[in-house]
Amino acid sequence: MSMAISVSGLTKRFGERVVVNDLSLNVPAGQIMGFLGPNGSGKTTTLRMLCGLLTPDGGQGRCLGHDIRTEAAAIKRQVGYMTQKFSLYEDLSIQENLAFFARVHGLPKVGVLVRETLERLGLWSRRSQLAAHLSGGWKQRLALAACILHRPRLLLLDEPTAGVDPQARRDFWAELHRLAADGLTVLVSTHYMDEAERCHGIAYLAYGTLLTCGTVDQVVASSGLTTTRASGPPEALARLHQALHGLAGVEMVAPFGRALHVGSSDAQALGAALAPFRHTPDIVWSDDPPSLEDAFIHLMAGVTRTQGQGQGQGQAGAEHG
Amino acid sequence: MVDRWFSVRRWLALMLKEFIQMRRDRMTFSMMISVPLMQLALFGFAVNSDPKHLPTAIIDADHGPFSRAVISALEVSGYYRIEAPNVSEQEADRLLSAGSVQFIISFPPDFSRRVARGERPPLLVEADATDPAATSNALGSLSAIIAAALDRDLRGPLAVLKPADQPVSLTLHRRYNPEGVTQYNVVPGLIGVVLSSTMVIMTAMAVTRERERGTMEALLVTPIRPLEMMLGKITPYILIGLVQIAIILLAARLLFTIPLRGDLLLLMVCCLVFIGTNLAIGFIFSIMARTQLQAMQMASSFLMPSILLSGFMFPYRGMPGWAQGLGEVLPLTHFLRIVRGIVLKGNGLPDISHDLLALGVLWLGIALLSLRLYRKTLD
Repeated sequence: MSMAISVSGLTKRFGERVVVNDLSLNVPAGQIMGFLGPNGSGKTTTLRMLCGLLTPDGGQGRCLGHDIRTEAAAIKRQVGYMTQKFSLYEDLSIQENLAFFARVHGLPKVGVLVRETLERLGLWSRRSQLAAHLSGGWKQRLALAACILHRPRLLLLDEPTAGVDPQARRDFWAELHRLAADGLTVLVSTHYMDEAERCHGIAYLAYGTLLTCGTVDQVVASSGLTTTRASGPPEALARLHQALHGLAGVEMVAPFGRALHVGSSDAQALGAALAPFRHTPDIVWSDDPPSLEDAFIHLMAGVTRTQGQGQGQGQAGAEHG
Repeated sequence: MVDRWFSVRRWLALMLKEFIQMRRDRMTFSMMISVPLMQLALFGFAVNSDPKHLPTAIIDADHGPFSRAVISALEVSGYYRIEAPNVSEQEADRLLSAGSVQFIISFPPDFSRRVARGERPPLLVEADATDPAATSNALGSLSAIIAAALDRDLRGPLAVLKPADQPVSLTLHRRYNPEGVTQYNVVPGLIGVVLSSTMVIMTAMAVTRERERGTMEALLVTPIRPLEMMLGKITPYILIGLVQIAIILLAARLLFTIPLRGDLLLLMVCCLVFIGTNLAIGFIFSIMARTQLQAMQMASSFLMPSILLSGFMFPYRGMPGWAQGLGEVLPLTHFLRIVRGIVLKGNGLPDISHDLLALGVLWLGIALLSLRLYRKTLD
């Protein structure tokens, strides 16, 4: 399978701070790759390096067959990049925005192309509305439409659905899958676990380091986490939560409504630690497999343990730098 | 707790926040400190509405003792500096037209002899009166200087010749602006000031606005090249500039009855060069500033010295040497000479060529610098 993105050892520093550290990533053509990680983990910086907006301090690689260091201009022509912040002109109408980006990319028959795009989106009747007056969901769909006007081969999306309602998000993802079916490669960063599960593959980045990469099942399995679920009335769960927190052999306790997820990388130690609580009144235990979120939080806790809390805190917010 | 109508703590909390934000925005903070210093230097030292040492050309057909006495008295007075001690009429005219001299003083043949005979010979003084403020004090003191000079020499046996009234008949020609109308000087100059302020401020905001609203990132991933970006951003303002010129020229003609003596086409070409220079400056501010506020501050800190040091508000020749030197590198200084030359004196290309060349060089230098500063990436 040919690779749309193939980079290794990618490093970026802002002053003293290492924002992306020795990152290697391969994304096969035609796949939707989810890019996950806590805030400030270097996702935006990586996306910007891939499309030539930032020059990497170290590492090399190819994007659509072009060298990311020397052929930024060639990459820019074939990449659609959707920024985290809405980056269309709020004081231009929907139609004017699309026409502008079509012209900038030197596309032929701008009028026809814009009309087709707007009709496909169902926005033709609202074409003279200012972009500023669109709802969050429509803004995202319009921004996506602007990104794919020039038929890029690779889409880089930076948290495209932040603050968008579930229906709009579902529509957005349906569109992404249609595009991928046509052969477009998508690298999309997100904080939503349900979106991560819609991806063909996911890459998890924490503090500038790539922790894991693969399908959802592979990532969950690679976390080596064993989880148990305790359900019951809120008061009983709250007491149980307090009792389990910090207990030897228990690495993770997370409340989920009327249930608690309890987990550890050492299944035996977990069993031993939980034994005294197995017969707590009102609590029902069930051995559920870990969710993707459980796996991620566990992975991140692992990095924090090995790298030290201090460094982790220091890098928070680097994403917006 | 009662909700009082004014809470000192809330007031202090807001005040503290403002100070913290002010300190973070180093650009604004340094502007607030440097602007008063700049104004102090400009108004305190550079501006002088009593210009001295004005360059003067002499047409001396006499070469007699009295013409020499008058010339040296003029120099001693401090108002006149003899730039061209003995030139032909043609040459003197050229110097006045090009703005190299402010005055021409012509002594007729036999000037000394006729003074000695008490015939009150004519003495012609021609002034470049495009800027009445620059010449008024020098002209006002003229007859007193001449009288004193001749008075000193008409002694001994010649003392009887000392006339009750003036020993010479002084003729003053206020060239280009016979009535000494201030508007003649100000209105054409306004073309320069208005163009400069609109062009610099508008372009300074143009790129900064993209950056502040987050649309710059989307532009940078498009195939747009720096030159396309620069030209695309500034061309609309060139057209606006041309409209402004038309408005001012029409107003000059209709409201102030100021004649346009020179060639309109030449004026337009010079305006385009001037517009280009200002747009390039605005573009540089736009690249350097992080916010629109900073861009605005940079633009105004450029415009203020432009207006004060260019000779728009105060006579250029009234300023000390260092201020004139600063004025030379401001595009407005050269443009004002060009536009006043064309509108009021009917200057052609040869008269304004050196100022036009200076503008062109400034334009080229600033444009190259701005293309160099423009970055295609976000680092």
